[in-house]
Amino acid sequence: MNEQLKQALIGKLTALADDELILAHRDAEWTGHGPILEEDIALANIAQDELGHASIWLNLRSALDGSDPDRLAFFRDALEFRNSELVELPKGDWAFTMLRQYLFDTYEALWLSAAKNSTYPPLAEAVAKILREERFHLQHTRAWVERLGQGTEESHRRIQEALDMQWGYAQQLFVPLADEHLLVAAGIVPELAEVKQAWLEHTTRHLRNSGLELPLQMGYQPTHRETHTEHLWSILAEMQSTARWDPEAKVW
Amino acid sequence: MDTLTPTAERVWEALRQVPDPEIPVINVVEMGIVRDVKVDGDRATLTMTPTFSGCPALHLIREQLEAAARALGFAEVEVRTVLSPPWSTDWITPEAKEKLRQYGIAPPLPAQEVGLIQLELAPIRCPRCGSLNTSTKNTFGPTLCKSIHVCNDCLEPFESFKTV
Repeated sequence: MNEQLKQALIGKLTALADDELILAHRDAEWTGHGPILEEDIALANIAQDELGHASIWLNLRSALDGSDPDRLAFFRDALEFRNSELVELPKGDWAFTMLRQYLFDTYEALWLSAAKNSTYPPLAEAVAKILREERFHLQHTRAWVERLGQGTEESHRRIQEALDMQWGYAQQLFVPLADEHLLVAAGIVPELAEVKQAWLEHTTRHLRNSGLELPLQMGYQPTHRETHTEHLWSILAEMQSTARWDPEAKVW
Repeated sequence: MDTLTPTAERVWEALRQVPDPEIPVINVVEMGIVRDVKVDGDRATLTMTPTFSGCPALHLIREQLEAAARALGFAEVEVRTVLSPPWSTDWITPEAKEKLRQYGIAPPLPAQEVGLIQLELAPIRCPRCGSLNTSTKNTFGPTLCKSIHVCNDCLEPFESFKTV
């Protein structure tokens, strides 16, 4: 692999990991606060899975540049993170969290399905592993979208509001990194435009079947992953505080 | 016979004494976590694969594997982690599946390639009375590998090992 391709892959792995890492922490904010015990447990499980996926991506990056996954997670500053803005938005109400998780899970499952035949064997192996876990998420969150969309007047209103706000943000998941085309050309990662088509088909059908309407106006759509909302700073402050309090600690 | 350098079979035997931290009735070998053991003089190389990638027991399992091999007298023990082929519940031995059932956890069903969304879930057999008249209460459970169900016949709630 030439240096240019390697740098592009490091960037992509970082973006994949950061989405999972930040989303996992937003989901984990519900631990102990879920609407019912079973859901509290389910979301904690999902958060734990996403954290496991972040760790897989950062380990793949580590194999390329020798970086330490823990240092990347806990000692990078906000402007070095490459997650999408969708995942850093505050957790909102239950409808907001479930809808975001559904939109993200569908994207992730479809991206992974498209990446199965990656020409970079470590990535193809990671994809096979992660995909097995991801379908449990999708099964769970798509049921919640339907339940809330067709539930009561209030649940419908809340999830429709969440959709109106998130739909534009979610489009950022399909904006390629500046040098991602190199990876696509080498067959390492799938073309995001194709994943987006599949995602639109899946989500549009399910959201409509759940009695929801796609917003007429797209709203704010973030573009590149180098800028963030102010919410990333506060979540990092909390997430990183323990590790930064004693950077030399070997055991927690 | 050189007692200082145990054979790979001795190592496997020692690893069979390491219980799964979350389901202690079965050991890590029966669980399909240990994929390979290589012995080269006083050096042992163990290869393991994670069950669920976010499983918090992974660090503990790794430490316990290493300790079990060291206890046999190896000077150097390396524990490698591989992701491929991805762990499947099909690797849990039939004996271990029966142990799970007796422990009160419905064992996993045979794994098969499924699409992204599986709407028709196969019925789970109650580990206590054997009835198939059961309902799923939560596809997520107290650990990443389990879901929660209730038997409509004997009314007992129970856990089931997810099929992956």
